[in-house]
Amino acid sequence: MTVVKEPGPPLGAGPAPVLTARSRPGETVIKALLRTAALLSVAITIGIILAVLQPAIDFFRQVPLSDFLAMSDPAESGELKPAVLPLLWGTALTTIVALLVAVPIGLAAAMYLSEYASKRARKWLKPTVELLAGVPSVVYGFFALSFVTPTLLNDILQLKVSLTNSLAAGLVLGVMIIPTIASLSEDSFSAVPMALRQGSLAMGANRMQTTVRVVLPAALSGVAAAVVLGLSRAVGETMIVALAGGSAKSTSVDPTEGHQTMTAFIAQTAAGENPPGSAEYNMLFAVALLLFVITFVMNMISIRIVRRFRQAY
Amino acid sequence: MSTATTTARAVTTSTIATGKSKDRNLASLIFLGVLWFSLFFGVVVLLALIIDTAIEGSGRFDHYLFTDYEKSIAHEQAQKFSELRGIPVEDLSNHFTGFRGGILGSLWLMITTALLAIPLGIAAATYLEEFADSSTWYNRMIEVNLQNLAAVPSIIYGMLAAAIMGLMGFQFKGIVIGGAIALALLILPVVIITTREALRAVPQDIRQGSLALGATVWQTTRRQTLPSAIPGIATGTILGLSRAIGEAAPLIMVGLAAVQWDPTGFTSKVEALPMQIFRMASSPQEAVQEAASAGIIVLLAMILGMNAIAIIIRNKFQRSW
Repeated sequence: MTVVKEPGPPLGAGPAPVLTARSRPGETVIKALLRTAALLSVAITIGIILAVLQPAIDFFRQVPLSDFLAMSDPAESGELKPAVLPLLWGTALTTIVALLVAVPIGLAAAMYLSEYASKRARKWLKPTVELLAGVPSVVYGFFALSFVTPTLLNDILQLKVSLTNSLAAGLVLGVMIIPTIASLSEDSFSAVPMALRQGSLAMGANRMQTTVRVVLPAALSGVAAAVVLGLSRAVGETMIVALAGGSAKSTSVDPTEGHQTMTAFIAQTAAGENPPGSAEYNMLFAVALLLFVITFVMNMISIRIVRRFRQAY
Repeated sequence: MSTATTTARAVTTSTIATGKSKDRNLASLIFLGVLWFSLFFGVVVLLALIIDTAIEGSGRFDHYLFTDYEKSIAHEQAQKFSELRGIPVEDLSNHFTGFRGGILGSLWLMITTALLAIPLGIAAATYLEEFADSSTWYNRMIEVNLQNLAAVPSIIYGMLAAAIMGLMGFQFKGIVIGGAIALALLILPVVIITTREALRAVPQDIRQGSLALGATVWQTTRRQTLPSAIPGIATGTILGLSRAIGEAAPLIMVGLAAVQWDPTGFTSKVEALPMQIFRMASSPQEAVQEAASAGIIVLLAMILGMNAIAIIIRNKFQRSW
């Protein structure tokens, strides 16, 4: 019977040599520099908050909060139009239209890429979906203004839309966020274990049933994260809504009219002449602060969901 | 009947009964059709966009598009100009809507942005991938913060850039360095994230081999890991820059305006191509809209060129470990 010996320290080699590294001051400096670069990202976040917060606080000193959180501007406000809720509504309406386009199409594209396409086909098909993300938003905005509204909506679909309207802006915005939703959902579809699909197929389900009833529910949290991220993209997108979404506040529920959104308000007001320090100028920052908080919360939700679904399998 | 044919027939019928035929019922075919439609929806939209813009802007593809600056078309100015050059007034819009300022400005902005964002981004990514202990709370915080920054609306970066320019004491912010700061802030998270992915793709064996030969972590990073990751880093950075060149929202906040001269240094006033397109697209004049279409084709060509470079680099230098 052989006795298994525990491996011990080598015998007879003498005491172990001192392996402490030679001190390298240069490397400490390099490491500190690299760490500074990494910490810069935190500094950027703090910088954004500081840059936006100070003028925003000034704004609330100049204008009462009740005027800011109002559905309509006070009658004698003049140049300054402090109500923010119509802007929020404009953003919400445009985003809803965008999601109605992007969620079904993005999910379907992701389903094909993950469940149906062969490895070789995926290599070619995935970039075609992602092509859409490479087009600048100002180009999309021009497309909405010069093609979607006059040709598609007015001539082909015979809708009576105004020159700038939330429908065209939302549709094009939806096209823009398809790649975001498609590629993130595809990641979460691919993360679903093969055993679940095999189980479903073994029970007699076909591929469609497997995809819709097994893979989709299993990947639902990842899909949710993708949709939330797409939502935050749509809320923060500027050029499309600034060009094609309208430049007047509106609380109407009709998407064929123009609605100014938060980002469009910022872009259109900043392009005009407002002296720094005036209430009109400071209002930009108050709206930007609100925008930052909204997108920040959404991103956090999305990151949380992704974390959770990663641990599931 | 021989056993072979029976078996063959049995196999055939059984495959039809249990396999593919289930995917051939009406619902499945409709479902597959919807998936195909969704997959190619983007390409169709993109084609419509390019064809529509190209047709609209086709009349403007002459050398004036590249050699002239943008000027507002005021009536007296137009009269004077037409007498000076001997061109009929109706042909003048060509001379007043050139993109020279925008094209040169965008190139200047892009180079400056690259100088700012690439070293910082690579340094941050190297730290996070090679040095940082990802279990500590502050490194996790940096991580979450980066993910978050990647989704901050671009217009807010413009506000930050304007504030930074104010702190640096610049009165007029629509200069090369101002625009470049805004764009660099915007693409920094993209550069960091793609660089990290490129570093992560370098196999652990290479690091371990280097460390086992007695190299320090920094020596390993500089001589082994970073050189192996360069193609990936280059691809990611070029894609990030191609996003920066098309971005107009942060530049609005910095206050870029039309110029009638070429930029000569980091502090000269500058114009960007997407900003010019934005302004022209908002104009009611037909001729200016047409020029905006032509400008879009120029912008798309620049972006396509950068993407092509990125793909060539990736295909040429890509290594499979």
